[in-house]
Amino acid sequence: MKIFDILGPIMVGPSSSHTAGAAKIGYITRTLLGEKPVNARIGLCGSFAATGKGHGTDKAVIAGLLGMKPDDMRIPESFAVAEKEKLSFSFESVRLPEAHPNTVVLDVTGDAGREIAVQASSLGGGRIMIEKLDGTEVHCMGDCPTLIICNQDSPGVVSEVTSILSGINVNIAALRLHRDKRGGSAVMVIETDQPVGKESISMLEQLEGINRVIYVNGEVE
Amino acid sequence: MSYNSLEEIVLRCEHEKIPFWKAVLYSDIEDRDITDEMSFNSMKIMWRAMRGAGADYDENLRSPSGLSGGMGGQMQKYAERGGTLSGERMSRVIAQALQMGESNACMRRIVAAPTAGACGVLPAVLIPLEREEGISEDKILEALYTSAGIGQVIASRAFISGAAGGCQAEIGSASAMAAGALVSVRGGEPEQIVSAAAMALKNLLGLVCDPVAGLVEVPCIKRNVIGAVNAMSCADMALAGIESRIPADQVIDAMREVGKSMHVSLKETGEGGLAGTPEGKRIWKRLQ
Ligand code: SF4
Repeated sequence: MKIFDILGPIMVGPSSSHTAGAAKIGYITRTLLGEKPVNARIGLCGSFAATGKGHGTDKAVIAGLLGMKPDDMRIPESFAVAEKEKLSFSFESVRLPEAHPNTVVLDVTGDAGREIAVQASSLGGGRIMIEKLDGTEVHCMGDCPTLIICNQDSPGVVSEVTSILSGINVNIAALRLHRDKRGGSAVMVIETDQPVGKESISMLEQLEGINRVIYVNGEVE
Repeated sequence: MSYNSLEEIVLRCEHEKIPFWKAVLYSDIEDRDITDEMSFNSMKIMWRAMRGAGADYDENLRSPSGLSGGMGGQMQKYAERGGTLSGERMSRVIAQALQMGESNACMRRIVAAPTAGACGVLPAVLIPLEREEGISEDKILEALYTSAGIGQVIASRAFISGAAGGCQAEIGSASAMAAGALVSVRGGEPEQIVSAAAMALKNLLGLVCDPVAGLVEVPCIKRNVIGAVNAMSCADMALAGIESRIPADQVIDAMREVGKSMHVSLKETGEGGLAGTPEGKRIWKRLQ
């Protein structure tokens, strides 16, 4: 652990896993959606379902979806902010026996009509993991610059992406590939040491075989 | 490189003739490949947020569960009347610890140190000291590096969360960190810093994590008080030249073993200990 995992995060209480982590999950979900969320169906599992209310987990998830970071003092009033911002939402308890004890599943719709499904867990100390995006495993922690690239599973796509990144001097810290079946749709998760600029992201988007590029800049705290 | 033992830090201090906090600073800049200044700035942000959180306390707030709020104000008024059993300084430490713990429960902004549940311990000892003695911000930042170094070693050898190792891992670790920080403020030697941390952790060894209704309120808020008060007395003992008979790293290892053998009902599940008392269960039922 780094020393600022020991001192920090700066956060709205009461719990780094149930409040700060929950807000971070909401925040990153908003980034993944890439639009202003207008509707959210949220399922809380395990300990999130059992003690979430007393820890403000529900308020924190909504706050994050509204673009608030874990240290935003408006987290306790997020439901009122949601009403103003026309975000409608509902909560339910769900059971996912295989999942991490602090797990949340979100079905979110944006103002331009995009829909995403996210499964995420809060690992403790405010650290989180986006487990699945639209049913595909992504295992993204969102604490460093991360590209999530949805593409056709065809030869050459990965090397084209990595050569664009090396061309702009972005070093790859980790690269993971996930796919449903051979030749189907695949997801590339690339963590980088340097931030990736807007132009480079649109270059990536224009590559053949790439359906969507999502960028999480790693600056949630 | 981050450290795996407190001994390693002390040896580096001897070797390079540097104070404890600097050894921790160096490990941060080596780890993250940044400059001294960048690291210091991050630390300054943490400290100012801690101080801001202290100033932000509102005794009228109540937590969403209705279980907590107002005690920090009560303690402060009592302390201001004078004649407390524990004296002026200690009474302020107690009030500050309660206030920070309550702010956390009431969804205010705090700094986890090392966790949100234990967020009151470090500021409770540092804020009154800074205010009363006019200690410079740099000295406080050095103390925070000292505390972070201690916390980092505890995290690497054992754990710092109640779910993993009981409250000894949260309030105990925070107390060890705060004890070291206090010795650092007073300019103590690396060995004294480590002794203070060892004694503080020893005194809280075995403390279970038993939050009523699973919420970070009862007994967490008042446990911040024991963490802070214990840190003050252990720092004073270390500055008096008293040593820990058991070396600090072995104390941390003992904490790990105790934590491992603790029953799960005593590790943040909200089942055993105070959570399992008739009153604890009644509260839990009411909140369902
Ligand atoms: S009792 Fe548990 S939740 Fe409360 S402060 Fe201690 S470790 Fe944290």
